[in-house]
Amino acid sequence: MDLFAVAFYLFAILIVGSATLMVFSRNIVHSAFALMLALAGLAVFYALLYAGFVAVTQLLVYVGGVLVLILFGVMLTTRGYFEKVRTRTVNLLPSTLFVAIVGILLVAVFLNTDWTMLPLDEDQVSMTGLGELLLTDFMLPFQVAGVLLLLAIIGAVLMAARTRPESRNTPDIPKNT
Amino acid sequence: MVLPEWLAEPGLNHFLVVGAILFSLGLLAVISRRNIIMVLMGIELILNSANLNFVAFSRYGSLSLDGHMIALFVIIIAAAEAAVALAIALNIYNRFGSVDIEQISELKE
Repeated sequence: MDLFAVAFYLFAILIVGSATLMVFSRNIVHSAFALMLALAGLAVFYALLYAGFVAVTQLLVYVGGVLVLILFGVMLTTRGYFEKVRTRTVNLLPSTLFVAIVGILLVAVFLNTDWTMLPLDEDQVSMTGLGELLLTDFMLPFQVAGVLLLLAIIGAVLMAARTRPESRNTPDIPKNT
Repeated sequence: MVLPEWLAEPGLNHFLVVGAILFSLGLLAVISRRNIIMVLMGIELILNSANLNFVAFSRYGSLSLDGHMIALFVIIIAAAEAAVALAIALNIYNRFGSVDIEQISELKE
């Protein structure tokens, strides 16, 4: 067993274990931190697959950005004390059965498909190649993604800030008017 | 200790199986939890399992660098989606005083 296999199995166990913990944990803060562990493990997987830039982006954007955002969401939407953080789970048995069937089907399809494998060359992935692709073939998606991010940020700020003055003046918003 | 060959050398299938397990767990979080933020975290897990498949195919298959670009764009879209969805969750909390998706069943006229 070489180092690659050891790292693969170690981080596969870490990822699947913390994802399971995330789904089944009663406490949503524990879930958020388990999700962070799973995403960090996935960054290691990307590095194992020679996708260094994707791994770094995963760490920066997911672990650094989205997770902090989710934790803020958890903190801001809990009323008062810690008991309220706990969430409920419904239909656990039927949904687990359904998801198990979906997962087994996916695994069966993956294992029974005859994928075309190319011979591995280690140095095929480079930062230069990614940069050139971004400015040639992926120029339009790149620009559109920039505009989308700007729109999303402006929209998020507007939506999150809009209700504050109203709710401060009238603490009890009538539900049906 | 001698391991069988399919266990000793992780290949494309091993990464795909991890991706399938992650997808199933994300789907389970989406359909069985009732907190809106848990649903959001399940969606993040599903997007990440798709990303893992893209990167695995670009390593072992003929997808080369295109898979990496798609993975990067998925990460960008997921960040934008998380920001907007959390803003919506905050609004829902301000309006209904709860983030339980069973209770959010009203639309403004």
